[in-house]
Amino acid sequence: MSLDATSAPLALAPARSRRSWRLNPSSFTARFLRSRTALIGTTGLLLVSLAAVFAGVLFPGDPLDMVARPFIWPFTTWTYPLGTDMLGRDILVGLVYAARVSLAVGLAAAALAVGLGVLFGALSGYFGGWVDQVLTRITEVFQTMPSLVFVVVVVAILSPSITSIVLGIAITSWPQIARLVRAETLRLRDAEFVQAARVMGMGHGRIILTHILPNAISPVIVAGSILVAHAILTEAALSFLGLGDPNLISWGSMIGSGREVLRTAWYMTALPGIAISITVMALNLLGNGLNDVLNPRVALT
Amino acid sequence: MPRIALRLPDGRVLRYLGLRVVQVVPTILAIVVLNFFFLRLAPGDLAEVMAGEAGSATPEYMALLRQQFGIDESLPAQFAKYMGQLLQLNLGYSFRNSMPVLELILSRAPNTALLMLSSLLVALLLGMMFGAISAHWRGRWPDGILSALTTVGFATPLFWVGLMLIVLFSVELRWLPAGGMSDLQNVHTGLAAVGDVARHMVLPVLSLAFFYIAIYTRLTRSAMLEVQELDFVRTARAKGIAPLPIAVRHVLRNALLPIVTMTGLQLGALLSGSVVIETVFAWPGMGRLAFDAVFQRDINLLLGVLFFSSFLVIVSNLATDLVYALLDPRIDIR
Repeated sequence: MSLDATSAPLALAPARSRRSWRLNPSSFTARFLRSRTALIGTTGLLLVSLAAVFAGVLFPGDPLDMVARPFIWPFTTWTYPLGTDMLGRDILVGLVYAARVSLAVGLAAAALAVGLGVLFGALSGYFGGWVDQVLTRITEVFQTMPSLVFVVVVVAILSPSITSIVLGIAITSWPQIARLVRAETLRLRDAEFVQAARVMGMGHGRIILTHILPNAISPVIVAGSILVAHAILTEAALSFLGLGDPNLISWGSMIGSGREVLRTAWYMTALPGIAISITVMALNLLGNGLNDVLNPRVALT
Repeated sequence: MPRIALRLPDGRVLRYLGLRVVQVVPTILAIVVLNFFFLRLAPGDLAEVMAGEAGSATPEYMALLRQQFGIDESLPAQFAKYMGQLLQLNLGYSFRNSMPVLELILSRAPNTALLMLSSLLVALLLGMMFGAISAHWRGRWPDGILSALTTVGFATPLFWVGLMLIVLFSVELRWLPAGGMSDLQNVHTGLAAVGDVARHMVLPVLSLAFFYIAIYTRLTRSAMLEVQELDFVRTARAKGIAPLPIAVRHVLRNALLPIVTMTGLQLGALLSGSVVIETVFAWPGMGRLAFDAVFQRDINLLLGVLFFSSFLVIVSNLATDLVYALLDPRIDIR
């Protein structure tokens, strides 16, 4: 019924359609709304972000406080729907507060990695020659070292804190962005509009910033959202290994402490893992969806 | 039957390999510089860091180290000495384990290799099978289920998969051991010992393979869909060959190339994955060694693992390039 309500008047009287707010079907918004993958990803991510942002409003008080008797299994009482851990802390509250740490680390690490990658990739692709040779070699070095071992070294030496974790993850993940931006820059470097800018006497910095990067941005956005997902997974692994920030709870550290009682209370390990999976899945879906949305050759379903 | 022609290494291939080896030298040099930088960054002087946690080394050894690395000398001179030690394959000594670092790593490396190669094999077999199923029934329910499963596979932390497998198969069902590499209470010999290790391997291998099954499923699916459109497949179909032989002999075989490349380039990621998996399952490999080194503050051992595993990645990248060049006559060798 509702389907007919929108399509019938259009077919009968196209001239009277509300053109003022109708979207151009090939515009970004229209394509985004038609991509099921992107929408599911955005919805999931929005829910997790809202929980993280309003953690303090939803659950005032310290998430590390003991609120009830320990080892209450999930779905057994309405007061603590996801149960309590071995110290009697509310697991739902823990998960919501941990979302802050995981999302913050993911976003900060991805932002830093994208910044480094864009800088290296753009310089390398734009200038070519020996600059490119040197920067490509540096990129290769960072790509060669097994990423988790490398992050562990960085965090262990700088001592575990949220800053060293963000730094470690960013240092190991920028090469992917750099390669991407380099390839895009190489493609655009000799485009006519760039040549025109050069003839006008525009400086290198301005050409890169105003002509090349805006046209290379869509694959970077896609890779960036996947990078956030990757960073959340890496942070979880680090916290699980005991290299997380000792003053904060994250999903990884919840799994790490739940592991101690894995044999008797496996729900303490299972729940944070599910939270990680859902968040990372939402980000991956958003990334894949954006990839389709931003590529005009892909037909959306 | 289409066959993948294996070319013998002629002059061009050898020259290409030589060029790649030369290109690798600066990479190794840069990794050494980074290692040195990290050693300097760690608290304590070079000798203290090299000897592991302060207090565990003898004063004589500390004095020897200080002399060897010339702590009083300038930074470049120190670096030159460090470089010289590495060139002699001397990665230092771990007092915590009373063993030279290189020997320690080499004693653990086979266990990691066993874990990684088995996982890779499982992931390849299952992934190619799932990918082929997915491509064959594209858009129908088997494809839908498998693509939902790969989405989950990409998003789930490996260590969590491992822990959940322990809950299911060791705690609840009591089918398989939860950790270690062999039964320490009843020592087995001969074939029984092999079976014992195999039983201990099942869960870690499955957990590590989990993510890669997802990767290979997707890769095989897209590679097969691409090959399916090509003319020779249509010819085979026109000749009246049954769908299954076409899928296996014509499509899958030709979809192998991207899979080979992927495998070679995954070594670094697999090494990373085995760090967490070895920790979950108390598997005595390099990853577990790195984990222990972190908590014993044995930075030098940790850097030894980083250096050694980076070296392995470089070698495997070279091997992949070579195999790729030998397999595909279209590859442009410059």
